[in-house]
Amino acid sequence: MVYLVAVVIAFQMVLMIVAYTVLAERKVLGWIQGRIGPNRVGPWGLLQPFADLLKFIFKEDLVPDKSTKFVYFLAPLVALTCALMPMVVYPFGPTITTINWNFLPWGLGEGITQLPLTIARIDVGVLYVLGITSVGVYGIALAGWSSNSKYSLMGGLRSSAQMISYELAMGASVLGVVMLAGSLDLTQIINAQINSPFRWFIIPQIIGFIVFLIAAFAETNRVPFDLPEAETELVAGFHTEYSALKFALFFMAEYVNMFTVSVMCTVLFLGGWYVPGLEPLARFLGLGEWIHHGTIVYAIISHVAFIGKICLFLFFYIWVRGTLPRFRFDQLMNFGWKFLLPLALLNVILTIVVVYFLNR
Amino acid sequence: MASTVLFYLFAGLAIASAISMVYHKNPLYSAISLIGVFVALSCIYVSLAAPFIAAVQILIYAGAIMVLVVFVIMLLNLDEDKPLNRLRYLYFVGGGLGLILLVQTFFVFYAVMRAPNHPADQTKMVGRTLDLGSAMYSQYLLPVEIVGVLLLMAIIGAVILVRRLSQPQLELVIEHELEQEHRKR
Repeated sequence: MVYLVAVVIAFQMVLMIVAYTVLAERKVLGWIQGRIGPNRVGPWGLLQPFADLLKFIFKEDLVPDKSTKFVYFLAPLVALTCALMPMVVYPFGPTITTINWNFLPWGLGEGITQLPLTIARIDVGVLYVLGITSVGVYGIALAGWSSNSKYSLMGGLRSSAQMISYELAMGASVLGVVMLAGSLDLTQIINAQINSPFRWFIIPQIIGFIVFLIAAFAETNRVPFDLPEAETELVAGFHTEYSALKFALFFMAEYVNMFTVSVMCTVLFLGGWYVPGLEPLARFLGLGEWIHHGTIVYAIISHVAFIGKICLFLFFYIWVRGTLPRFRFDQLMNFGWKFLLPLALLNVILTIVVVYFLNR
Repeated sequence: MASTVLFYLFAGLAIASAISMVYHKNPLYSAISLIGVFVALSCIYVSLAAPFIAAVQILIYAGAIMVLVVFVIMLLNLDEDKPLNRLRYLYFVGGGLGLILLVQTFFVFYAVMRAPNHPADQTKMVGRTLDLGSAMYSQYLLPVEIVGVLLLMAIIGAVILVRRLSQPQLELVIEHELEQEHRKR
């Protein structure tokens, strides 16, 4: 029962953040390009995401005559489902241990002494997220194939090739963090960062962080690696033939994927919800009783910090989109295989050597 | 109770996907069905308390190998209607192998039924990643190394197959082919 409530809350939160990422993207791109951006719907354009959604719902849904219907309908569902599934392992905050939950209605809080702010703790959280996101490529590849259009097919092929190439570099860049933490569990990785002398793994794993960040851009098909939907060459790439809500599903999947890699970046390299020096500061200010690991105030501050770090990465995505031009496809492949992957492997070897000598 | 229901759900899904994989004429549909088999199998692994195997199943089979297969099918654009007459003898080979597999399955079933019924040791977490890793690199080190060498051989073989010709030689071949085509016209 509690899990259902948790899933609903997390789902709502992720979708709201995603909806406002779209608005933020248009606003920030507007500022970068010396425009104002959307400002007509609601104050400062804040209701724009809902207006967009309504528009998507009421548009006519066109299905190409020669398309393979079943696969054509399946593709957007696969894309969005695979984008949303990693949500269950995100560590949204620390465990709350100091509250008695019996005041909740319908006996929801019965028997809960510890409330971890994560839906499920899986022993292999990192592999789970990487695996599910790698299945997401089927959505794009099948959409490209089933539309029966050469632009879509080219987009689908490009995206499959690109995602296979960059997944390797991404997985290899995560290995360093996994070795330092000694676990694949996201919560364990955060705990390992709290106990490590560096506090955040970005300091010992700076190479891994850079590789991960670049590979994340390619995994989510964002500028400068947005070859699958390069407007100037492929009309709109794999979703050329999609309209109305089916297009909206692809659109949402892209932004949810952005959110996913931002969460992974935050958890693996920036300490997740952990704010260094929060507890000593609270003790210094005489608030130690209210703010320590396990209290609700600490959890709220940590959660806000977690969301803040994610927003930082989302802003970085938009910033890069407003700044960098697109790669050529051969450049993309060369960069992925000949530069990024060797760099990630080098990082792995370095980490192995250092960890080995530290543990002796 | 719930785990039994889930097992039959995912086992049924796996079998249904496997049947649909064999019976579809369109290779892409077969590939999609095979992905369904892998996903259902990994769900069964999760219910058997082996999350690592489940995650690796998704990550490697569904996420990497099948993407390559789908990629190739999309590129080849096979004819759907053409009957594969020259592969007819494979029906017999497949039937024989299937029969052997069926016998094996019944033998395993029989052996499991005959074995004394030990309750599983709940304190032993065999599926945990850490235990798997330490078992692989201590007790089963030799098999792991043999598999490693095998994979390395496969990688080197793939590289040799692709790079049979160096760049200047390749250009010569292409020039030759172009010339022949020119002559035909």
